[in-house]
Amino acid sequence: MQVTEYKPLIVAFCCNWCSYAGADLAGNNRLAYPADVKIIRVPCSCRVNPTFILRAFQRGADGVIICGCHPGDCHYTSGNYYTRRRMALLFSMLDYLGIERERTRVEWVSAAEGAKFAATMNDFVSTVAALGENKRLEDLRCKK
Amino acid sequence: MQRIGVFVCHCGTNIAGTVDVKAVAEALQYEPGVVISKEYQYMCSQAGQDLIKEAIKENNLTGIVVCSCSPRMHEATFRKTAAAAGLNPYMVEIANIREQCSWVHKDIPTGTEKAIILGKAAVAKVNLNAPLTPGESPVTKRALVIGGGIAGIQTALDIADAGFPVDIVETKPTIGGKMAQLDKTFPTLDCAACILTPKMVDVAQNDKVRIFSYSEVTDVSGFVGNFEVTIKRRARYVKEDICTGCGLCTEKCPQKKVPNEFNLGMDNRRAIYIPFAQAVPKVATIDPDYCTMLKSGKCGVCSKVCTVGAIDYQAKDEYLTEKYGAIVVATGFNPISMEKFDEFAYSQSKDVITSLELERLMNAAGPTGGTLLRPSDGEHPHTIVFVQCVGSRCASCAEKGKEYCSKICCMYTAKHAMLIRDKYPDTDVYVFYIDVRTPGKNFDEFYRRAVEEYGVHYIKGMVGKVSPEGNKLKVRASDLIDGKQLHIDADLVVLAAAIEPDKSARPLATMLTASMDTNDFFTEAHPKLRPVESPTAGVFLSGACQGPKDIPETVSQAGAAASKVIGLLCKDKLTGNPCVAHSDEWMCNGCSTCEKVCPYGAITYQDKEFRMPDRTVKVRRVASVNEAVCQGCGACTVACMSGAMNLKGFTNQQIMAEVDAICK
Amino acid sequence: MQEITRNALVEKASALLADGTVGRVLAWKRGEFDYDVTPAVFQTAEELARDLVWNDFCGANFSKYLIKETEKSDEKVLVFLKPCDTYSFNQLLTEHRFNREKVYVIGVPCAGMLDVEKVKKSAEGIASITEDSDKIVIETLFDGALTLDRASLLAERCINCKSKKHTAYDELLGEDGEVLDSARFDEVAAIEAMTPDERFAFWQNELSRCIRCNACRNVCPACTCEKCVFDNPASGLENKAASDSFEEKMFHIIRAFHVVGRCTDCGECSRVCPQQIPLHLLNRKFIKDIDNFYGEYQAGAEVGSRAPIVDYTTEDLEPNEAVERGDDNA
Repeated sequence: MQVTEYKPLIVAFCCNWCSYAGADLAGNNRLAYPADVKIIRVPCSCRVNPTFILRAFQRGADGVIICGCHPGDCHYTSGNYYTRRRMALLFSMLDYLGIERERTRVEWVSAAEGAKFAATMNDFVSTVAALGENKRLEDLRCKK
Repeated sequence: MQRIGVFVCHCGTNIAGTVDVKAVAEALQYEPGVVISKEYQYMCSQAGQDLIKEAIKENNLTGIVVCSCSPRMHEATFRKTAAAAGLNPYMVEIANIREQCSWVHKDIPTGTEKAIILGKAAVAKVNLNAPLTPGESPVTKRALVIGGGIAGIQTALDIADAGFPVDIVETKPTIGGKMAQLDKTFPTLDCAACILTPKMVDVAQNDKVRIFSYSEVTDVSGFVGNFEVTIKRRARYVKEDICTGCGLCTEKCPQKKVPNEFNLGMDNRRAIYIPFAQAVPKVATIDPDYCTMLKSGKCGVCSKVCTVGAIDYQAKDEYLTEKYGAIVVATGFNPISMEKFDEFAYSQSKDVITSLELERLMNAAGPTGGTLLRPSDGEHPHTIVFVQCVGSRCASCAEKGKEYCSKICCMYTAKHAMLIRDKYPDTDVYVFYIDVRTPGKNFDEFYRRAVEEYGVHYIKGMVGKVSPEGNKLKVRASDLIDGKQLHIDADLVVLAAAIEPDKSARPLATMLTASMDTNDFFTEAHPKLRPVESPTAGVFLSGACQGPKDIPETVSQAGAAASKVIGLLCKDKLTGNPCVAHSDEWMCNGCSTCEKVCPYGAITYQDKEFRMPDRTVKVRRVASVNEAVCQGCGACTVACMSGAMNLKGFTNQQIMAEVDAICK
Repeated sequence: MQEITRNALVEKASALLADGTVGRVLAWKRGEFDYDVTPAVFQTAEELARDLVWNDFCGANFSKYLIKETEKSDEKVLVFLKPCDTYSFNQLLTEHRFNREKVYVIGVPCAGMLDVEKVKKSAEGIASITEDSDKIVIETLFDGALTLDRASLLAERCINCKSKKHTAYDELLGEDGEVLDSARFDEVAAIEAMTPDERFAFWQNELSRCIRCNACRNVCPACTCEKCVFDNPASGLENKAASDSFEEKMFHIIRAFHVVGRCTDCGECSRVCPQQIPLHLLNRKFIKDIDNFYGEYQAGAEVGSRAPIVDYTTEDLEPNEAVERGDDNA
């Protein structure tokens, strides 16, 4: 029987120009989302190396989400287009390896979309929470 | 090991209301590297900043973490604070415990727990921070304008006005561009030459401006502030500095059968020619494709008649290399080829013409001396049909035409219709359109005048087919509003051909590493906020090379581009963003993958000599990043398999440390 | 049996050594047994005559060896390349890994190579192996001679051969073939068709056998980093030996990701894996996805092509759509 409520650990990579600002806007508007989400600021979503994602899973993250500017709006013109291809291939590979596909996600959130940011995080947290703990991609030694 | 100070801000109750700031400060003081951890009401206040400064000095801190509001808010503030206390400003990291913690979480235990984790991540990152210094590079105070149409002319004049030297490179023998070919301009109906040619003269007489006509850019290297450009000056076989432009040679040349491109091939010129009377520079040019002297060595008439000895049959293409601080692209547009639109019988009848050809037919300096005559028989046309959107807005036939709206056609067609009805009231003028688009100052009024005062027949519908029969053009069209088929016997059909970027734009974009859209229009750095800058620093956009534009828009964009150039050239040194990519040359294997994803062309490869551990010297191909060009997106760092390419301020190691801290 | 004889290779190489065109020759040499043929560098006609072999066990792809070999002297290196090897060769040229001018490529047609494991499984105490058109005769220590169908012993990558056409050569022995329409993605599709749990179990079973010997990485013509991230303490990913199942996955996912768009599907990783892990199925998944998402792309088909992973269009599909599309194609 489960006594304590399961809290997933979510790592969110947010690009500095759009999504991180969108997260700030969610804050300005006091739009709540679970504290399970921890944001890491990167200059652009294309800065997110697949190794960072796997590392997060290895160390016990239950879900990883990458947020960037909407396609066409990248501060660096093309960064998120590379992100889109890289993550499409990586996510497809994780799926191929039998990793739950709901544990990874890419969302485009603009600096004006505070509400979308909060809604995305709420949705992602509940999706990952429903999956339960990440067992397939974790390093057992890192578990306390 | 770093000596890190942690400063937790209450932000009044903004943070302290949901986060136990004391607990955060206490928890973080045991993190690796942390030597002092404090909290205070308002860290961004003068007193808060003084507290940080004192702590830095007292504890010899090498890095600080401020747990406060978003770095987008006060990162710059705290960097300045650190710098004032003698700490490198890039040794500061912010943990965002307000916007991304206290404001979005409700209860204190949750907020506090998360704030501690965010603080730990920031501490983990600072542990790996290194002092960064922005690079500086000098600025060559000279601008290059590529293209000598109205856009290029205006940009050059504005830059020269501010006191900076400018060079214009134009492929044609004269500057002036498309506007020089136009008759009248909408919506004022003033003559194009009357407003353009004085500007051409201004440019020619401005001692800050050099005009390289009959020339093209063949190579561009360098970066913002420091471009090096190779310009090919094509041999014109006439010495520019000696020719007086008297035009005698162009009258005596025996080769009379050269299609005159200025009049779009509707009449002929000589093999030695001056494109039009007001050409700048007003010097003759020999067309090597037609000159019998150049082709067979027999003739030499122009050389004999030239009183100043300007003719030089031995001339060769010359290359010159110049340095520039900024480059403006003003390569303009062309009407698309009508080849694929044979339903309008463009290739079958001389009396089916494009709008630009009509401009020449109505121009006093054109092939008919300004009297509108049919190209086939020189008769006055009495029924004229205009077809709009030929090749524009072709969403369904993208291989034939363009998906975009060419923007200028509605207005110039209204202009043409009005001018014809004004000059030849006995003429029937029909305009077939999909929509009439007239957003612009005085534009709709202008179009209404064409319809209401000048009695132009505007018909919503498309022309299906034009078939030449005898000396008539049978036009079959549909009237969508009345829902009927129309048959018109026309004397002249005018096609509003879509416009497309000049063909020289694509190779130029490659040279400049400037990006283009699928239609070969140059892309702006930001479609709304930086419309005259290309994403490549130091490259600016003027006129129709960026998208279809009319003259007033072109001129205003030209001025805007000039002001951006002036803003750049005013600076003695450019200070860069130090958070740029950096290649570890020992790890780089020279594979060129990173170069391919760089949106700025900041990465180049060099063969460099390395002293190997076994004391031999090895030449290795390695990537090097131009810090003045790199904008720090990090695309290259992920493309790099070995991790040789890293991003300062956001290194692989720093981000991974943050991941580890969060997931601990 | 291979179309070109061993002697043709020896003669060709000896002639080019003799006239000074090349200074060294990269070719195959017999190992301890007939089936463990090993790459070798030859510098004299005597060595060639004595040791060079060309038979159904010459699977090794020499492209990667050229990086080091071309640096060793100013002389050209002669290399024999099978059709599939030439793709790796081109890919390495695309990445500027060696100077084309320093290599003399002789293309050799390939009738497919045998899977050493299949051979070893089919007979015990192998003394010698001889080839006789479509039969393989195995002389054993205990059971006398065994005659087997050559086709039954072919390596998987050769059953699903993608091309008999050389994409690069200076000289060709025999006739060149065509690019083939292979069924190489069938196995990937079969895994895609499994449930996630089955897929996880499948890969857990395969990858947990990994002993992190790094043979796959060391043989891979796309793995040519000066220092692998997994060997570099500064990378933060250094990991010489996997201590649990995650790290095997981490290593293999990252390795596959690092060769996305660069892997020519030469199959060397699976050939050399001492644990017989079908590593090529990871790389092939990426190739299949690239073809499926961004249009067909064959790394190494020509020099200088731009891999889809370092390219984009504004209309690319979204990552979650990509994962779902995998379902439709399974």
